Amino acid sequence: MGRITLDKVRKAFGDIEVIPPLDLTIEDGEFVVFVGPSGCGKSTLLRLIAGLEDVSGGQIRIDREDATELPPAKRGLAMVFQSYALYPHMSVRKNIAFPMKMAGVPHDEQERRIASAAKALNLTDYLDRKPGQLSGGQRQRVAIGRAIVREPAAFLFDEPLSNLDAALRVGMRLEISELHKRLATTMIYVTHDQVEAMTMADKIVVLQAGRIEQVGTPLELYNTPRNKFVAGFIGSPKMNLIEGDAATQHGATTIGIRPEHIGISAESGLWEGVVGVSEHLGSDTFFHVKVEAVGAEPLTVRASGEVSLKYGDRVFLSPDMKNLHKFGADGLRI
Amino acid sequence: MATQHSRSAARLMMAPAVVLLLGWMLIPLTMTLYFSFKKYLPMRGGDLGWVGFENYSRFLSSSSFWPSITATLMIVGGVLIITVVLGILLAILLNQPMWGQGVVRILVIAPFFVMPTVSALVWKNMFMDPNYGLLAYLWKFFGAQPVEWLSQASLPSIIMIVSWQWLPFATLILLTAIQSLDGEQLEASEMDGASPLARFGYIVLPHLARAITIVILIQTIFLLSIFAEIFVTTGGAFGTKTLTYLIFQRVLESQNVGLGSAGGVYAIILANIVAIFLMRIVGKNLDA
Repeated sequence: MGRITLDKVRKAFGDIEVIPPLDLTIEDGEFVVFVGPSGCGKSTLLRLIAGLEDVSGGQIRIDREDATELPPAKRGLAMVFQSYALYPHMSVRKNIAFPMKMAGVPHDEQERRIASAAKALNLTDYLDRKPGQLSGGQRQRVAIGRAIVREPAAFLFDEPLSNLDAALRVGMRLEISELHKRLATTMIYVTHDQVEAMTMADKIVVLQAGRIEQVGTPLELYNTPRNKFVAGFIGSPKMNLIEGDAATQHGATTIGIRPEHIGISAESGLWEGVVGVSEHLGSDTFFHVKVEAVGAEPLTVRASGEVSLKYGDRVFLSPDMKNLHKFGADGLRI
Repeated sequence: MATQHSRSAARLMMAPAVVLLLGWMLIPLTMTLYFSFKKYLPMRGGDLGWVGFENYSRFLSSSSFWPSITATLMIVGGVLIITVVLGILLAILLNQPMWGQGVVRILVIAPFFVMPTVSALVWKNMFMDPNYGLLAYLWKFFGAQPVEWLSQASLPSIIMIVSWQWLPFATLILLTAIQSLDGEQLEASEMDGASPLARFGYIVLPHLARAITIVILIQTIFLLSIFAEIFVTTGGAFGTKTLTYLIFQRVLESQNVGLGSAGGVYAIILANIVAIFLMRIVGKNLDA
C-alpha cells in the first residue's frame, strides 16, 4: 500500500518560504508527476515526502500513519536520484544488495530479489561490474534496481532522466511506465519536462513557486487548464496566449489557443499575418506567424504534414472558437 | 602539435631540471656509497683507505642497530595510526557547517607551519617538563605524581609531538577528500536504511581510501627521517634512537664518516622495504 497524504505541509529555509501550506493526496498505485519550472519547489516537495528535509509545518501521512517525524529509512519509500547516487566502490550486485543488507534480509532472499530485479532490468550480465564501467542508461537501471528490491510502498524519482541523451530518455520513459504497470506501486516523479509529465503520469501536479497550480490527469490539464500559467506550461509547442483587443472581444483579459486549433490558409481567415520561421518535423509543420491584429508575439500554428509556405508569405489564420481558452484579469479560467 | 621540432625543443628545455634533479640525487648517493667502503675518520687521520664491507658488518653488529630499527618503525607506525584516525575524525568534524568555520580550519592547520625544532622545544619545555610543564600542573591538580614524560615515556612522548605536527597535514588532505563526497550518495544510503555508523563504514571510508593512501605514503617518507624532534628532546636517549639518529651519532659524534655512510645505505634499504610493503598494502587504492 502506498497512499500518501500531505496536510498543510509547509517548508521554509530561514525566512524564505519555499512551500506555502499545501494539501495533496496521492492514491495507492498512482503515477503522480510533479512538474514545474526550475526552482518551483518540486524537488523540495519530494525530499519532504522522502524525509530528507524536515517539514516546517503540517503533516505527512503514509497509509494513514503519521510519518512526519519518521526518519527516511522508516518510511518505506525508495528514491532514485538525479545523479543515480550509486556507490562507486561497490559492484552492481552489492549496490542493489545494500538496502537489503542494511535491513538484515536473509542472504538467499537477497540473492533471489537481486536475480529477479536484474532480470527485469536487463542487468544480469553486469552484476559484477562497478558503476564506473556502465553507461548512463545502465546506471539508471541499477539505481532503479536498488529501489525495487526494497519492495517499497512508493517510489520517488527526482528528475531521473535528465542526465540521459534524448534517445535513451524516450526508452527509459517507456521502461519506467512499463515498470509502474507491472508493479502497480505508487510512484512520484519529479521533472521539469512537461513531455515526460504528459506521457507518463496518471495525475500531474503543476507547481509554481511552491504552490499547486492544478492537479489533474494529463488531458484535463491539456483541455481545461485552470489558469494562464498551466495553459502556457502544459503542451508543446506552447499555447498561444493573446491579450488586448482580440481578447476583449471574447470578454476575457487573455485568450489562449493551441497551435493545432488554428487553421492556416492562403485565401481567407480571421487574422491576416506574415509567415516567419517554420519548423518542419515531417509529420507536422509549425509556423510562427506574425499577426498585426493580436500583438507583437508571433503565433505558433500547426499544420499537418508538409505545407509549403515560405518565409514572408502572407497567410490567413482562423482560430477554432470551440477550443478557445479564456482567462480573466486574475489569470483564472473563465 | 607535437612536431619533431617542438619535441626536441621540449627536451632541451627540460634538460636543466632533469640534470639538476639527477645530480641532486646521484651525487650524495654515490658519495655515500663511496665513503661506506672506506675507513674515514676526519679528526683522526682522515681517509685511511678501503676497508671493504667492514663498515657494514660493524654497523649491523652494533648493539644499537636493531633497537634503532624498532624505534624508527614504532614512531612511524604510531604517528601514522594517530594522524590517520584523528585526521578522519577531525575532517568529519570540520566538514560540519558551523559558526567560525574558516577561523577554526586555519587554527587546525597552524601546527604544520611551526618548525619541527620549535614545536619540539615548546612541547619539551611548556608541556612535558616535570616541574613547570602544563601537563605537570594538570597531574598535580588531580593529586597525581607528574610524569617525567621524556624519560619515563620517551617513545610515546615523541610520537605525541610528531603526531601533533603531522595531524594538520592528514586533516587537510582528508578534509578536501570528504568535501568531494557526493551528498546524494549519503542521502541514498540514508534512505537505504544505513545508520550513521554504517554510512561511515560503507560510504565515507571507501571514499576516503585514496586520500588515506596518500597521507600514509607521504607521511612515511618524511617520518622515516625525523630528526629535529629527537635531537632537541631526548637526544637519542631512553630508547628513542632512530636509524637516522644513529647515523647522525656515528658521523658527527663518533666522527666516523665511513660507518655512518654504511648506516645511510641501510636506511635506504629500510625505506625501500617499507615502501614495498606500503605499496603492496595501500598502493592498489591509487589505481583507477
